[in-house]
Amino acid sequence: MSILVGKDTRLCVSGITGREGTFHTLNNRNYGTNVVSGVTPGKGGQDVEGIPVFNTFHDAVAETGANTAMIFVPPRFAADSILEAEDAGIELVVAITEGIPAHDELRVYNHLARNDNVRLVGPNCPGILSPGKANVGIIPAAFFSEGNVGVVSRSGTLTYQIGNELAQRGFGNSSIVGIGGDPVPGSSFIDIIALFEADDETELIVMAGEIGGSAEEEAAEYIAEHVSKPVVAYIAGFTAPPGKTMGHAGAIVSGTAGTAAAKQEALEARGVRVGRTPTEVAELAAEIAGSLTT
Amino acid sequence: MDLLEYQGKQLFARHGVPVPSGAPATTVEEAVAAADEIGYPCVIKAQVQIGGRGKAGGIKVANGRSEAEQHAKAILGMDIRGHTVHEVWVEAASDIAAEYYASIVFDRSAKRPLVMLSTQGGMDIEEVADRDPNAIARLHVDPLLGFQDFHARRLAFEAGVDGDVVRPVGALLNKLYDAFAAEEAMLVEVNPLIVTSSREVMALDAKVTLDDNSLFRHADNAALRNTEGEDPQERMARERGLTYVKLDGNVGILGNGAGLVMSTLDVVAQAGGRPANFLDAGGGSKAEAITQAVEVILSNDNVTAVLFNIFGGITRCDEVAKGLIEAFAQIKPDVPFVVRLDGTNDKEGRALLAEADLPNVHTEATMLDAARRVVELAG
Repeated sequence: MSILVGKDTRLCVSGITGREGTFHTLNNRNYGTNVVSGVTPGKGGQDVEGIPVFNTFHDAVAETGANTAMIFVPPRFAADSILEAEDAGIELVVAITEGIPAHDELRVYNHLARNDNVRLVGPNCPGILSPGKANVGIIPAAFFSEGNVGVVSRSGTLTYQIGNELAQRGFGNSSIVGIGGDPVPGSSFIDIIALFEADDETELIVMAGEIGGSAEEEAAEYIAEHVSKPVVAYIAGFTAPPGKTMGHAGAIVSGTAGTAAAKQEALEARGVRVGRTPTEVAELAAEIAGSLTT
Repeated sequence: MDLLEYQGKQLFARHGVPVPSGAPATTVEEAVAAADEIGYPCVIKAQVQIGGRGKAGGIKVANGRSEAEQHAKAILGMDIRGHTVHEVWVEAASDIAAEYYASIVFDRSAKRPLVMLSTQGGMDIEEVADRDPNAIARLHVDPLLGFQDFHARRLAFEAGVDGDVVRPVGALLNKLYDAFAAEEAMLVEVNPLIVTSSREVMALDAKVTLDDNSLFRHADNAALRNTEGEDPQERMARERGLTYVKLDGNVGILGNGAGLVMSTLDVVAQAGGRPANFLDAGGGSKAEAITQAVEVILSNDNVTAVLFNIFGGITRCDEVAKGLIEAFAQIKPDVPFVVRLDGTNDKEGRALLAEADLPNVHTEATMLDAARRVVELAG
C-alpha cells in the first residue's frame, strides 16, 4: 500500500504543453505513473509524446477516465485550473505551481471544503511519490526506494535531504508527500498523517515542518490523540528572525507563536521526538525502527 | 508588502473608509504648503514602517504656519529606530471622543479572514488581548459569502461600541472588508478608529500588508513599494529574483528551496557559526542566477566564508558548479567557499569543480560536515 498515488492513479496534467509541464510529465511517465491525458485550452486534439491533450478537464475526464490532476500552469491561472479539475470530478488535485495569490488559495480551499470527494495537495509543493508505484510531481525519484517510512513535509528540498539521510540508513518509503509552504495548503499535516496511520505499509511517520503558522502544533495535538504509529519530527527555522518571510510565503514568524522552539516544545510535550538536524531525524528513525523489530 | 500609513489611508479612501483629509510631503516647503491648504491645527506625521513614531517625536501638532515649518524641519530626515524619515503626511487634526480598534487578518489556521473590533483602541492591541481577551470581539468570515451587515452588528454589539455609532462603525467595517478583499491584503488594521465629538467615525491610522503574489493584478499597488526603507542588499537580490534576507552573522549561505536553506542556517548555528544571510536560489536555477547570488552574498562586507548547500531536484548541480566557476571569473572572491552538492547531476557538478580547481573552494560530502567546515573557515 501507499497513500494518495499508486497503481490506480490515472493522471491528467494541466499545463502539459508548457516547457516544465512537459518535462515533468514525461519524467513521471518514465517512472511508471499512468499519465492518461493533459489539458491546455486551445490545444485540444494535439498530443505530447502520445499523451492526448484536451481543451477542458471535463473532456479529459470523459475521454480518459482521469482521477488525479497535476497543476503546472502559471500562478495567475492556477486557482481556475484547480476549480475546473474539481468541477470535472477529479478526486485528487496536486498543485505544483508556486506563487498563487493568497486570496485565490482562500477561495479554492473554502470551495473544495464543501466537496467530500476531492482532496487538494499543495499548492507550492513538490508533489507526491509512492516509490515503485507512481510519482506525481517533481520529487527526484532516484533517491527513494520502497519501504515503510511515510514522509510529509512543507518543503521540497528539505524532504530530499531527510529522505536521503533515511535512505543512507537503509530506509525506504511508503509515500512521500509535499504539502507545500503556502499560507493556505489544501492538505495539512493532520490530513496526511491520518492517511499514513490508516496505511498498512507505513510503520513510521516523519514530518518536516518549518516556522510560521500553527500547523505543527495542531498536528502535535492530533498525534497525541489519534496516532498509534511512531512519529519523528523536524522543524526548520530556529535561527530565523521574527517578522521576516523566509522564502515560503507561509514561513514567517510573528510574535512568539509559530517559532521553531514553540513548535518543538509542542511536539515534544505530546511525545513526538524532534531531531535538531536532518541527520538526527534519520538517527531517531533508525533508533525507533530498531526497537520496532526487536 | 507593507504600505506606509498614508498609502494605506489613500487605499482605504478608494473603498469609502472615512479618513481625515491630508497630503504627503517630502520637503519642508511642501509640508508647509500642505498645512496651509488643510488649515490649522494640523498634524505632521513621519512616514516610516515602524511603530512608536509618536514616542520618538515623529508625530507633532502644528497650530500655525511657523510650528508647521518647525515640525516639518525636525521630522524630515529624523532617524526613528534605524529608519530615516523621507516623507511626512500632513493631516487635519481630529477631535477625539473615543478610540476604538479594528482589523482584518488573513487567518491561516482557520483559512478564513478574521475580523476584530475593540473599544480599547489607541494602545498596543496585544497588551489589550493579554490583559482582557474579552475586550476584543472576533468573527471569522466565509470568503465565499463575504462580509454581511449582520456580521458588523454582531461585532459592534459584542465589542460594546456606543449605541449611536453602531451603524457607522458597522459601515466602516464593511468598507474595510471591501478594501481587504478587493486589494488582496494579508492585513488591514486601524488603530485608532476614532469617534469624534460630533460622532463621526474615521480611521486615524492605517496599517496595510498586501500579498506580494497578487501584485500582478494591482499595478497601482505594486508601484507603491517603498524602496527607501529596504536594505540595499535585499533590494539587489529582489531585483535579481532571488529570495534574500540579511542576518547579522559572517557565514554567507546559499541553498535551493526555502526549507533546506532554513535548515542550513540552523545547522550552521548549531556548529557554532552565525549566518550572514538567508538566500534561496530557487528551483531550477541556472548558472547565471548562481553567479548573481554570489554577487549578492559578497556585497555584505561582514561575510568571511560562504557555504553552498545544494540538494538538486529540479536544480541541476552542474549548473550550480558552472555558476560558481563563472562567479570566480567575474568577482574573484577573497573569502573561502565550502560546497556541498547532492542530487541531480551531482557527479557532473563535482567533476566540473575539481577540474576548475578554484582557489580556496572546499567540497564536503554531507550537510553537517560542510557546516562544520565553513564555521571553522569563517573564524
